[in-house]
Parts: sequence; structure tokens; C-alpha cells
Amino acid sequence: MHTYELLAWLILAFPLLAFVIQIFFGKRLPRQGDWVPVAAICCSLFFGLILFFMVIVGEHDPNFVFQVSYPWFSGGSLQFDWGFHIDNLTAVMILVVTVVSSVVHIYSLGYMQGEDFYDRFFAYLSLFSFSMLLLVLCDNLFILYISWELVGVSSYLLIGFYFWKHSAADACKKAFITTRVGDVFFFIGILMVVLYIGEFNYTKVFEAVAHGELTGWVLTIAVVCLFGGAVGKSAQFPLHVWLPDAMEGPTPVSALIHAATMVAAGVYMVGRLFPIFSASPAAMLVVAYIGLITAFFAATIAITQTDIKRVLAYSTVSQLGYMVTALGVGAYTAGLYHLMTHAFFKALLFLGSGSVIHAVHTNEMPSMGGLKKKMPITFWTMLIATLAISGVPFFSGFGSKDAILAASLEFGMTHWLHMPIFLGLLLGAGITAFYMFRLIFLTFFGEAREPKRYDHAHESPYSMTVPLMILAGLSVIGGFGLYGGLWFNHLVVPPVIGDAAHHAAEGHGAHGSALAHYGAMALSILFATGGILLSYLVYYKKKISAEAVAGRFPVLYNLSFHKYWVDELYGKTVIAFVMWFRMVLARFDNKVVDGIVNATAPALRGVSSFSGAWDKYVVDGLVNLIAIVVQAVGAVSTLIQSGVIQNYLMKVGIAVGAILLLHNFILRIF
Amino acid sequence: MEHQSHLLTWITFLPLLGMFVILATPGRAKEFIKQIALISTLPSLLLGIVMISRYDPAGGMQYIARHEWIRSFNIFYFMGADGISIPMIFLTVLLCPICILASWGINDRAKGYFALFLLLETGMLGVFCALDFFLFYVFWELMLLPMYFLIGIWGGPRREYAAIKFFLYTLFGSVFLFIAMIVIYIYTSSFDLTKLGAEIAGTELHTAVGLKWWLFLAMFVAFAIKIPAFPFHTWLPDAHVEAPTAISVILAGILLKMGTYGIFRISYPLFPDMALAFALPIAIIAFINIVYGALVAMAQTDLKKLVAYSSISHMGYVMLGMAAMTPEAMNGAMLQMFNHGCITAMLFLLVGVIYDRAHHRDIDGFGGLAKNVPVYAGISCVAFFAALGLPGLSGFISEALVFLGSFPVFPWITVLSTSGIVIGAVYMLWTYQRMFLGPLNEKYASLPDCNVREQVTLYPLAFIVVLVGIFPHLVLNLFSPTMSNLIDLLVK
Repeated sequence: MHTYELLAWLILAFPLLAFVIQIFFGKRLPRQGDWVPVAAICCSLFFGLILFFMVIVGEHDPNFVFQVSYPWFSGGSLQFDWGFHIDNLTAVMILVVTVVSSVVHIYSLGYMQGEDFYDRFFAYLSLFSFSMLLLVLCDNLFILYISWELVGVSSYLLIGFYFWKHSAADACKKAFITTRVGDVFFFIGILMVVLYIGEFNYTKVFEAVAHGELTGWVLTIAVVCLFGGAVGKSAQFPLHVWLPDAMEGPTPVSALIHAATMVAAGVYMVGRLFPIFSASPAAMLVVAYIGLITAFFAATIAITQTDIKRVLAYSTVSQLGYMVTALGVGAYTAGLYHLMTHAFFKALLFLGSGSVIHAVHTNEMPSMGGLKKKMPITFWTMLIATLAISGVPFFSGFGSKDAILAASLEFGMTHWLHMPIFLGLLLGAGITAFYMFRLIFLTFFGEAREPKRYDHAHESPYSMTVPLMILAGLSVIGGFGLYGGLWFNHLVVPPVIGDAAHHAAEGHGAHGSALAHYGAMALSILFATGGILLSYLVYYKKKISAEAVAGRFPVLYNLSFHKYWVDELYGKTVIAFVMWFRMVLARFDNKVVDGIVNATAPALRGVSSFSGAWDKYVVDGLVNLIAIVVQAVGAVSTLIQSGVIQNYLMKVGIAVGAILLLHNFILRIF
Repeated sequence: MEHQSHLLTWITFLPLLGMFVILATPGRAKEFIKQIALISTLPSLLLGIVMISRYDPAGGMQYIARHEWIRSFNIFYFMGADGISIPMIFLTVLLCPICILASWGINDRAKGYFALFLLLETGMLGVFCALDFFLFYVFWELMLLPMYFLIGIWGGPRREYAAIKFFLYTLFGSVFLFIAMIVIYIYTSSFDLTKLGAEIAGTELHTAVGLKWWLFLAMFVAFAIKIPAFPFHTWLPDAHVEAPTAISVILAGILLKMGTYGIFRISYPLFPDMALAFALPIAIIAFINIVYGALVAMAQTDLKKLVAYSSISHMGYVMLGMAAMTPEAMNGAMLQMFNHGCITAMLFLLVGVIYDRAHHRDIDGFGGLAKNVPVYAGISCVAFFAALGLPGLSGFISEALVFLGSFPVFPWITVLSTSGIVIGAVYMLWTYQRMFLGPLNEKYASLPDCNVREQVTLYPLAFIVVLVGIFPHLVLNLFSPTMSNLIDLLVK
């Protein structure tokens, strides 16, 4: 067995085993078995780090790919295999998933202490870790789809963890169903790929696409369908509605699944299937614009939300939009780099918000304020993450966001028509800086708006703050992968499939022209500073009143505050239609389809009573008629046959007399 | 004369032996009767396992028993099993002991119930084993009788209506089947299902396309009623709602499969050219079953009715697969028959568990049960997710195979049918939410969780659902060669 193969097996086996142990025996183990999943994910982290360093440092080859495949079953003519596909992208994703997952596991030890179903929480976390790692490691579309659904179900179970709350029960259902809409498109995309290529395996599919086995509008439709999966999972417009509601789950879950890893699966998928996506420029434009719309639109919503987790949720939607846009304009490296840096700082922001919520027992920022002194570790680590997401130099988000902006600027410079992509992203970057600092100012600065909550607030235990510090460190050094052509830039590049694809991929990525690069950098720093400054003036100095601005632009404010009424729109259209249609069909089924069946009963009864009547009156009537006739004849004859001799003699006399009379009468005539 | 095997005869008639023992037992010895019933289903299960373990998937028809029965009409007692029947026989012998256990609470006229149940098992197994058309028909009708009484006597408030509807509807179909059988006999003088296809090709019936069309249609109607295919499906919800739990399990788990089994066993091999001609209509009906069944399921408030409509939806996948006739689609259809048998059996058993406790099945009448009946909620979760086609559980593999196989043949119908994936998730999760999630309904705060007997009925099925989800080839390999032969016959 090859070392990589062994490592992949080990990385997957530990969380799966932990899930099985925890679901069946968790309750009976000491401490409800919480240490089992934690130990398992730490083992996965250990082997994941070995894998990461072996691939990134050891191999240090942009074209490195390790593949191993095992036969699974045969569908008749299609062969279904499963296996591992390990390249630089896999290594990075393994690092991200195992690091964030381990940190969240440890954080949960403190955060979830004393909750009902504590044992099951850790079982679900293990199930999620396993599914997500399988998603990252697998080597074909079929297993990708399977793990894709498995992360979906773990997400369902964890969002609905507080299932006795109506809101949580609604949210988990909404999340599963909304993403499933995307999944159906994803599945149709897979069907199309398999129809034309006959393979599931990534490499074989890529080669077939490079050889032109799937081209033209069919390819475009297939790619758009595949992208549908990413739209669902990565909460892109118009299927983004589930992610903010998913915040009903416990905060560590929001950090792990709904910020760092699972929601990035859509971005990862686009990156993984980049050779297929990039073969269709039309589909790539769809990707870019969906990403742009999402990035901008979600950022504008985040400005007015008051629930700290909802701000972060919309921020996540927006940042995922950045990644998707990056991939859409061909900036493979930049998009995936942002995935990595975002995973660290967004997980940190969520865990930090969890720490705050833990302290003040509310999600509402208007009830917080002034927590800086009470929770210094939480404050400083969250500040680092905020600087990172705002794109301040020397923090990780700066490098990745700048690379995305540079790539979109370059794209706009070659295709002037698509310059709005860059402008939208740039403006979005300013808005990001604004709403993130708004969050920091409202939470940690100013006076304590609810003294009761403030007085009870305290810094969280070490099991929660140490993970924050680890992630804070990563949010800083995570940015150094891109500077000066360091490893990420060099290694995580689009896979080279044949010559054609090689040329297509050339010139994209983070190797932008100097003008685009420095231009974008200058503008992005400018916009980030502008956003921070504005936020400082509004929420710290209070030079500008937020309420006054909202009052001046009520339409804009309401659009943002009510999330553009997208949920209400769906409720009034799609959902209302389905709810109406199902009743129509049910009534149709009951009244028409079954009505006809039941109508046959009276109809048959009618026929049978007719035939009964026929039988009774006609068939039987004839029989009876004969009887009646016979009877009548009999009755008449009884009159004659009285049995009295005198009568007979008299009748004979009458008869004889009559005959004689008749005789004479007849003779007289002739 | 080929080597004779008695295995299938034993499997089929051992339950009948148990029936006679029960008939000889006084009716007040209820516990004893139940034990006899359980014991007399177990040998068939064991022999069923022997049958699978010694079955050679590539070896064609096996365990053949062939004896002359009615010489003047060329009728044989002809039993045998191939890849199409093996999974169905196994499903039957597996579900019957489970159903006996699920019927443990029946105390009203227990003697009659269990005697009829065992007669039903023999009838069902006979249908799946018979290779003589006449024998098939005899078993097909034999099965109706106990089913009628089991629904009509031990059913719910509207049991008589449901039983008569079921009986007359199926009988209505049987008439068509009977006519088709007699017409075919007139042309071929044979009832041998293994040879009829070739014999038809050698007679003038082969060129009588119009007549063949009518014969295929007649048989299709008979089988469509059993599946049940739209618009012949309305007996099913009524029968399910009124039938006792175990009988619902048998109905959905096994009886429905006889429709699709009949098409695989009789319609397709006898009239391969008509099968091609009917492929598109069957695919359209399949689409209607999938989407219409799912949407109507969504409108139900009675849990049992919802599961009944979900069966209609899920049997649509079987029909879609059989209409496409590609290897993936046919294997997927066959696998879906097996998987649906296990999953829907679980669902009906779960309905029975809650009905025994709450005495109603109104979905909105529960709420928050996950908090106080964790085992029941957990198994329900597995069953519900299996039903909505979650990967890792068996239903996903068969649905995916059907879609993969039918997409090249019917791209639009397949794409439209995939909406069933979403609607399936909607009604399943919505139902799960209304029953198990949200605040606990205080009325059921002291609801007892699944007892051991109920767990014994549910765990084997859950185990199979997971096992087949992860190792689908365990079942697929049983019938893949048979299916490939059938496909060769159809699209030669």
C-alpha cells in the first residue's frame, strides 16, 4: 500500500469509526464519549498534516497527482468505483478541513457542556468530518455526489440539533430541501457527463472533455447543471436562503459547516472540476455573474442585520460569492486561496461570536456593547479576523481578496463588457469592511447597552479561547502563501489536461499583469480603508447617525433589512404553488380517479338491477305467463268440470240443443 | 428429464403445513397459535438463505421442479428460480416472520388470522416460483382470497369497503390476465413460461401484431393494477389505511412487486417487440407515478396514507427503469423492487408502532416525539432518509441506477422525474418535522419507546437498508446476468 493511500484511509477511518462508536455506545461511555470523536479528529489532523507536508513540501510539484481506485460494483454496463485523488488542492483542503474541524471539536467541549443529547452532537460532528473528508479525497463524480449528500444530512442533523425549537426544526428542513434543489441539477449534470463520456472518474472525464467528447451547448448545459449543485451547497443566489436560517444550529456547527468547510464544498467542486468548467466560456460567465450577484447582494444585507450570527452568515454568503466569481473569471488559484483563508478567519469569527453569545446569552448586537474589557481574548482574536476579512494588508484576507480583485480587473480589461464584475467586487469589499467593523464596534466598544447582561459577561474557558488563538494565528500567517510566488501560487494551479486546456489555463490564476495587480491592490486598500473609516464614524464616533441615514433612504434600508424579501417571494410563489398544486392533485385523485372507480359500483349496480329486472319480469315473466295461461285455462275448465252429474247432463243437453239449432240454421242458409 | 429440486416446493408449502397445524389447534390457545405461525415461517426463511447461498447467478433457471399436473391441457407443476425471482422470494420469506411478530397484538380470532396469513405466504411464494402460466395464475388468485379476509375482518373501520375494492379491482385485472393466458394457449398449446416466448415466435400469433398488442395491453392492465400504476392506483391507499399493520407491510412490501415481477417474468419475454412498443407509454406512466404520487403524498394528513402514496411514487422508479431497458435501468428497477420492499416495510411497521400507542395516525397530531422516544425517532430517521434516497442507504443506489440508465433513452422524462428527488425530500422531512421535531406534544410525554419485539422487527430491515446501500453488489450480482439476458431478448 502506498503511503498516500494509507494516509487517506487513516484520515477517513477515524471519524467514521468515532461516529459508529458514538451513535451506538456514546451514552454509556464516560463523559458521554465526547473524547472519542475529539481523539479521532485529532488523529485525522495528525495524518492530514503529514499528508499536507508530504505533498506540498515533499513533492512540491504543481502537477502532482496520486490516484488509487477500488472497484465497487457494476451497474450492468457502467463500472462504479471509488478511490482517492490526491493533488495539491486535496492537500490544502485536507489541511483546512482537519484543522478547522479539530479546533471546533475542542471548542465544542466547552461550548456544548451540559446540553441535552451532548453525546449525539459529537456523533454528528464525526459523521460530518468523515463525509467532508470523503468529499475532498474522492476520485470520481459518483462518490462526490454521495459525500455531497452525506455532508448535507450531517448539516441537517446539526442545524436541527435543538430540534425542540420550531425555528431549528424549520431551518434544518429548509436547508436540506433548498440544497437538494441544487443537488438535482448537480445530478442531472452528472447524468449528462456520464451519457457522453461514460465515466465517473475525474481524470478520465477531464481527458474526454479535452478531447472534445463533450462540447458545444451540451457542455454548457452540463456545466451549468453541475454548477447548480454549487449554488445550493455554497448558498449562491438564488438558493442562498437556507444559510442564514442555518444559524439556528449550535455556533460551533455554524463555524465548521456553515462557514469554513461544507459551504465551501461548492467552490471546491467548481475548482475540482475546473477542466470541465473552463472548457465552456459561456458557463464560466454564468458562474462569474452568479458569484458577483451573490457577493454584492449578500454584503448589502449584512449592513443592517442586528443578529451577530446573521451578519456573519450573510458575510459568508458574500465571501463565497467572491470565490465563485474568482473561479468564474478563471482565477483558479485566487478563488481557492480565498477559500482557505476564509475558512480560518470565518471560523474564528463564528467561534468568537459563540464566545460572546455564551457570555451574554443573546445574539442581538443592540443588547451588547463594551465587551472589550470583559472578553479581551475574544475581542483581540475577532479583531484579527475582522482585519483579515476586510482585506487589511498583512492579514490573510488581504492577499486572497486582492488576488481575486486583480484577476477580475484583468478579466475586465480584456473583456470591457465584463468590467462590472470588478467594480461590483470592489464596492463589495468596501461594504465588507464597513459591516464587519460595525459588528466589532457594536459588540465590543461603546457603553454596555444592557448592563445586566454586561455584568454577567465573562471571558470563556480555555477550551474555547485556545481554539480562537490558534485560528487567529492562522488568519495572519495563512496569508503568506501567496506573497512572492510562495507555495500556494506555485502549486495550486489548474490541472494540466492535454495541450488545449493548458493554454486555456495559461494567463489566468493569480499571475496577473502588473497593472491589474497593483491597480487592484491600491483600489482594494482604498475601499477597505474607506469602509472601516465610515464604520468608525458611524458606530464609534457617532458623527453620522445610522438611524438618520436609514430614514433618508427607507426603500434601500427596508430592502436590506428584509433581505430583499426573497424568502417572502418564494413563499408567495414556488411554495404557495406547490402547496396549492398538491391539494389540487389530491382532490383530483380522490374525486376524479377514485371517483370513476367508485362510480363503477353504482353503474354496475344499475346494470345488475336492470338485468335482475329483466330476469324477474321478462325471462321469469315468460315462465310465469305460461303458468298463468295454464292456470287460466285450468280455472275456466274448472267451471265446466263441476263434478255434478245433473250439471253434466244439463250441459250435454244444452250442447246437443245448440248443435241441432246450429245444424238447422246452417242447412237453411245453403 | 432434468434434475429435480424440491427446495422451492418446501419453501412455498411449509407455511401451508403450519396453517394446517393451526387449524387443528383450538382457537383459545392464542399464544400457541402465534408461536406455531412464527415457527412455520422460519424454515422457509432458512431455506431461502440456503437458496441464495447456493444460487449461481450466471446459471440461468435453477432449483427446477417439473411434474405433469393436468395432462390434457399440457399443464405442469413447474417451479424454478432465476435472478428475477430470487430477490423476491427472499424478500417474502424475510418479511413474513417479521409480519408475524408485528401481528403479535392480534387477539381477535387469532386462529383465523394466522391461518390465513400462512396461506397468503404460500400463495405469494408460489407466484414468485411458478414457471407454468397456469400455475402462476392459480397462485395469483389463491393469494387474493386470504388477503380479502385479512383486510375485511381484521381491518379498520372501513375495512369492508377497502377489502371489496381491493378484491374486485384485482379480480378485474385477473380477468384480463386469464383471457390473455387462454388466447396464448390457444395459439401455442403451452403454459411453459420459459419457452412461451420462443413458441409464440413460431406460431401465427407472431405476425398477428394487432392481437399481440391487445394481449400485451391486457396483461399490462392486470399487472398495472398490482403495481399500482396511475390511474389504477386508488385501491392502494384505501387498502393500506384499513389493513392491519402486518398486512400493509405485505401489501406494499411484496404484493406491489408482483405487478412489476409479472412484467419481467411474463410480458417482456413473451412479447419482446410489444415491450418496445409500450416502452414510451410505460415511461410516461412511470413519470406520473413518481411526481404525482409524491405530490399527492405531500397532501396527506394520515401517516399511513402518506406512506401508501410514497409507495406509488417509488414504484414509478421501477417502471421507469423497466421502460428504458438499458442494463443500469433494468438492474436499478430490480434493485428498487427489493429496496422498496425493505424500506416501505420499515415505514409501515413504524406507522404500526405509533398507532398501537397513540391510536391515531394524524401527522399533525404528534410533535416533538424525538425527545422522549429516541429509539423510535432514530429508526424512523433511518427509514425516512432511506425513503428519500439518501446515499449510503439502499434506496439511493437503485434510484441513481434507474436515472443513469433511463437518461440516454428518455432524457426529458428522466429529467422531469428527478424532481421526484426534491418532492420526496419535502414530504418526508416535513412529515418527520411534524411528528418528531418542534416542541413536545404534552399528550405524548409518557409515550413508551419501541419494545424489544418491535425492535426485532425493525433492526434486520434497517441493517439490510444500510448494507445494500454500502454493498449494493450483494443484491445486484444476483440478478445482473438474468437481466442482461432479458435485455438481449428485448433489444436483439
